[in-house]
Amino acid sequence: MSYISNVLFAVILVLGIGYFAKNVKKLIRNIKLGRDIDVSDNQSQRWENMIRIALGQSKMVRRPVSGVLHVIVYIGFIIINIEVLEIILDGLFGTHRIGLKVLPISVYGFLIGTFEVLACLVLVSVTVFWVRRNVIKLARFMKSEMSGWPKQDGNLILYFEVVLMTLFLVMNATDSQFQSLNSGNVISQFIAPCFEGMPENGLHLIERGAWWLHIIGILIFLNYLYFSKHLHILLAFPNTFYGKLQPKGQMDNLEAVANEVKMMMDPDADPFAAPAEGGEDDIPEKFGASDVQDLNWVQLLNAYTCTECGRCTSECPANLTGKKLSPRKIMMDTRDRLEEVGKNIDANNGEFKGDGKQLLDDYITREELWACTSCNACTEACPVSIDPLSIILDMRRYLVMEQSAAPAELNTMMTNIENNGAPWPYNQMDRLNWKNE
Amino acid sequence: MYHMSNLLKVPTMAEYMGQGKQPEVLFWVGCAGSFDDRAKKITKAFVKLLNKANVDFAVLGAEESCTGDPAKRAGNEFLFQMQAATNIEVLNAYDIKKIVTACPHCFNTIKNEYPGLGGHYEVLHHTQFLKSLFEEGRLTVEGGRFKGKRITFHDPCYLGRANNVYEAPRELIQKLEAELVEMRKCKSNGLCCGAGGAQMFKDAEKGDKEVNIERTEQALETKPEIIAAGCPFCNTMMTDGVKAKEKENAVAVLDIAELIANAQDL
Repeated sequence: MSYISNVLFAVILVLGIGYFAKNVKKLIRNIKLGRDIDVSDNQSQRWENMIRIALGQSKMVRRPVSGVLHVIVYIGFIIINIEVLEIILDGLFGTHRIGLKVLPISVYGFLIGTFEVLACLVLVSVTVFWVRRNVIKLARFMKSEMSGWPKQDGNLILYFEVVLMTLFLVMNATDSQFQSLNSGNVISQFIAPCFEGMPENGLHLIERGAWWLHIIGILIFLNYLYFSKHLHILLAFPNTFYGKLQPKGQMDNLEAVANEVKMMMDPDADPFAAPAEGGEDDIPEKFGASDVQDLNWVQLLNAYTCTECGRCTSECPANLTGKKLSPRKIMMDTRDRLEEVGKNIDANNGEFKGDGKQLLDDYITREELWACTSCNACTEACPVSIDPLSIILDMRRYLVMEQSAAPAELNTMMTNIENNGAPWPYNQMDRLNWKNE
Repeated sequence: MYHMSNLLKVPTMAEYMGQGKQPEVLFWVGCAGSFDDRAKKITKAFVKLLNKANVDFAVLGAEESCTGDPAKRAGNEFLFQMQAATNIEVLNAYDIKKIVTACPHCFNTIKNEYPGLGGHYEVLHHTQFLKSLFEEGRLTVEGGRFKGKRITFHDPCYLGRANNVYEAPRELIQKLEAELVEMRKCKSNGLCCGAGGAQMFKDAEKGDKEVNIERTEQALETKPEIIAAGCPFCNTMMTDGVKAKEKENAVAVLDIAELIANAQDL
């Protein structure tokens, strides 16, 4: 009889982790829909960036209030999860607080006490986060792209955390055996009186209930990640690892273009030469990006990593002055379209069937793309090394090189450069006239 | 009519080549510096300083062409790479090793984007170069006309965030014994002037404000007597902003090179 709960626990655990693993596989498949990009360079610098930016939260704390609160929730999340280890072991082996059997009471008490204090701090931080989103209504959480699901998503995550932390504290408060140790019940001893006078089995029932709901809640939260903006708790690590290492101002030189320019500049090149073996390479690569498959996989990883904090948008000069461009929306659109493409592939036996839609126009408008000043305020602001600017540039490249669809004034500027080597209609031979003026 | 600028010594690379000599540094003037009336004054101020410090420099003159920066950022990679290839051919033919420019866009492009296309040079922004002239004692300035003046520095995106150069222009301002006041958004948090990414050459998208007005307001909050710039495009945007705020009689927008040249009445 007693092993039924162990089996039930194991089944729930396997289902919870299994479904998450299935979605992670899908996530990786979707990210790999992007073009390949070589990011194998500078491994040591990449590790350092990951440790400094993701693990060390170095860019989070540039905004002290949200930064410090985030660090609390982040540390709380990581440390309190040690407790999940005990819950899993207890669940599988039918033990109760197995930690007490392997650790001295003082050590165990210290650990649980730390968890309780952190749980309490997380509750406070999460409450402040909720107030910032729903009462103070900070501007960056109120932008147009944050209505509907993104807003709900943000709040749901906060509710999850409140419920999980509360269950953890209630579980400890109603565990009379644990309370009688009087070690580690730093916070829960103040909650315990709420349950005073309850019959022992009623108390036990609440304790068991809280225990089960806590672990089931954690598994639900784990599975919720894939459907929410909250994937950053995992993806911030690879994302900062693969983040851009070059100076921010450096934009990649398209290799396909370099080859064509080389051909044009080379006086020995024979334009009528037969194409080289393996003709497929000669199909000219699409220049720039009109859909997610044209972006590289790091850009797609960026999209899944974005947690919609909006620091980028709040620093964007275009957005600050009322233009439609919002770097956060660029990332959200990229992810939404990527998800749509992924679902299309799932529905069509692993192959993408054209759906008459694309990232350009159906998600991101030209007006947004042309409003960017390429100032890098967004990439500087992002706490997890996301690069919305590279997506904007790739989409401009598509518009200009595949569609000749630049704004008329930019076409004039480019014609000038082509004809006289300057963006204005001055003769190149006059470049030194200033000397004598 | 007497022109100070008639005294400028501006040798070209072709002239150096003719004498079988190599200059210490190539001054990349850039399109704005060559053609824009406001930016030409910056070019001349910088040349005066180079002359004063006896720097052995040359320009490409009619052999210089747009780096391709605005084309690249507008999405025209073809045109950018054609421009790059042409310029690199000229620069490599002259065996150029070191380049200085007063335009952060040219600076960024030649420094970061030309190496991948075969152009490898040591590239300096003019504020970095001037700073080294001071350090080597080739240029000196003592307070002069800007002593005690409130000066705020607007970080050009392509110098600051793009390439992490924040201190050189500030050190130069401090050399003038001026009072350097920072805007609430400065250095890596600096706000763009609105001209980058080829915006200089088109009207802005619909919004409720122009970016240069926003930035000018931030600058004016510091109650400056001078807004210092380090980029010809920022200079234009900030000058227009100051005019729009009807402050042109109280606040001057000047390039760092102009500040130093004017301080000593060059």
